[in-house]
Amino acid sequence: MIPVLFVALAAILVVSSLLVILHRNPVTSALFLVLAFCSLAGIYLLLRAEFIGMVQVIVYAGAIMVLFLFVIMYLNLGHDVEGGVAIAVRRGVGWVLGAVLVVEGALLLGRGWATGPVTPGGATPPGGNTQAIGLLLYSRYLFPFEITSMVLLVAMVGAIVIARGRGPSAPAPPAPAPPAGAPAPAPEERA
Amino acid sequence: MPALLNNPDLQFVLWALLKIVVILFGLLGVVSYLTFAERKIAGHIQARTGPNRVGPLGLIQPIADVLKLFFKEEFIPAGANKVIFHIAPMLAVIPALVTFSVIPIGPAFTVTDLNVGLLLFLAMSSIGVYAITLAGWSSNNKYALLGGLRSSAQMISYELAMGLSTVGVLIIAGSLSLVDIVHAQRNLWFVVQQPLAFVIFMITAFAETNRAPFDLPEAEAELVAGFHTEYSSMKWGLFFLGEYANMITISSIAVVLFLGGWNGPWLPDSLKFLWYFAKLGALIFFFMWVRWTFPRLRYDQLMQLGWKVLLPLALLNVVATGTAMWWVLNR
Amino acid sequence: MIPLPWLLLLSAVVFAIGVVGVLVRRNALVIFMSIELMLNAANLAFVAFASAMESLDGQIIVFFVMTVAAAEVAVGLAIIVNLFRLRETVFVDEINLLKG
Repeated sequence: MIPVLFVALAAILVVSSLLVILHRNPVTSALFLVLAFCSLAGIYLLLRAEFIGMVQVIVYAGAIMVLFLFVIMYLNLGHDVEGGVAIAVRRGVGWVLGAVLVVEGALLLGRGWATGPVTPGGATPPGGNTQAIGLLLYSRYLFPFEITSMVLLVAMVGAIVIARGRGPSAPAPPAPAPPAGAPAPAPEERA
Repeated sequence: MPALLNNPDLQFVLWALLKIVVILFGLLGVVSYLTFAERKIAGHIQARTGPNRVGPLGLIQPIADVLKLFFKEEFIPAGANKVIFHIAPMLAVIPALVTFSVIPIGPAFTVTDLNVGLLLFLAMSSIGVYAITLAGWSSNNKYALLGGLRSSAQMISYELAMGLSTVGVLIIAGSLSLVDIVHAQRNLWFVVQQPLAFVIFMITAFAETNRAPFDLPEAEAELVAGFHTEYSSMKWGLFFLGEYANMITISSIAVVLFLGGWNGPWLPDSLKFLWYFAKLGALIFFFMWVRWTFPRLRYDQLMQLGWKVLLPLALLNVVATGTAMWWVLNR
Repeated sequence: MIPLPWLLLLSAVVFAIGVVGVLVRRNALVIFMSIELMLNAANLAFVAFASAMESLDGQIIVFFVMTVAAAEVAVGLAIIVNLFRLRETVFVDEINLLKG
């Protein structure tokens, strides 16, 4: 039963990720990416990685993709118009390179280079996947964990500073000429 | 044929399907009567009678409502993105029903006991954002779009506080499985140990289900009807169904996390599920009571409450619970 | 159990799709989504190896990758929004001046 489920989820994953890069409408692309992430979460569940599977849905589908959708709607993007010789050439080169990459990966796998000898560690400890991950995260991986929290903090500050546009200290951007007779802009507008 | 029926995979699937069917039909039946209860309660709060014409005491009213919805005209606005317009109402219902699969109803009746049950609930509530956002965007209507954007901002903000408010319970129970959490409350309900978390959870629950006083996505005074302005017929009905199903689900989670699930005195194990239903009914009545009592918040007040009050309080609760547990364990 | 080579092949295919997406699309947002696809392909390989070796270290790495991806998306989308404000476009080949 597990191999059947795996093949189904893998098919959904591949088809929806293809549609992400093929569809002209960015909103549809984003939705297919959500579908891809959800099927990936299903594959994680089949691999007995329950915690990672659920976090995948919460973080990727629930937070990151909502942010994408929010930005796409905010910018009000329509369908992409793509034409011209340069773009056609680039598209051809891109697909050829992608095909080369897949063939290369398949060849490596066929020769068994990438897999190598697998040495199973101990059996999964009791208490379930989440508890085991927690124990490992707060013992052997404590330092990377703290570093990651710093990364998140810096990213948060950075995102706010960048998205806010020019700060109050920077010279104000040249305002569009107001129509004649319009009242002078209020002084607190630069905030 | 008997050999086929002895296949453990098949037995598992059939048994799961049976449970799913029971839960699904039970839930849908309850939802239709919840609309009736809501109208009756609203009526009594406003010193009216509420619906009382269709059938004895108006009890057939929900069936008449559903029939009316089925026969109404389906309308798709010009310039709408048709596929997404159709998918959005389904997305409103599915997450609530999926979450119900991990809720322990009685000692002997749970659809499944996942060891990441609570994470499944959080994941599904984050998927619920899509329904309203996409409905608002695909309708090609400015009021719908504004409602959709408001809701995505609101639900993302309140999800953080909601997730953090459950962490205190997790620290005490030491498990993400909802069945284990219920077992951990055999002697003392977590609402006693975690009163702050319970209050935060209930407030964010109102926001997550988009009900008053947090129903800004569909604020009728400013946005016509918000994200479902352009919806009609059964597609509109699905949004309604989603709202009530969500209410049941989130009240169930509150019962399981804070009010002891099926735990209660007097009843034997086989009837303990009645306690679960009693607590669930009380919480749902509380939802309706609040809706018809409080005025709607302004948008900036909503964001201030979420980010500047609930989130720091939830964090404080996590730190305090952690410290207390550390002290208890090291004493 | 799912055989390890199947998982690795799936991971390779998804990664290649992400690479193609970055190469052929002009919309900065879609390019960004393709990068997310590549990150997820790598995550899949990590989880596959973790499951084959019955160790949890691979899953922990995935956890870190997800956190970094979230940070990256927040900053990246902020940059895209800012670019759109300045240039009124999200097509990467029209954004060809260093001066804003």
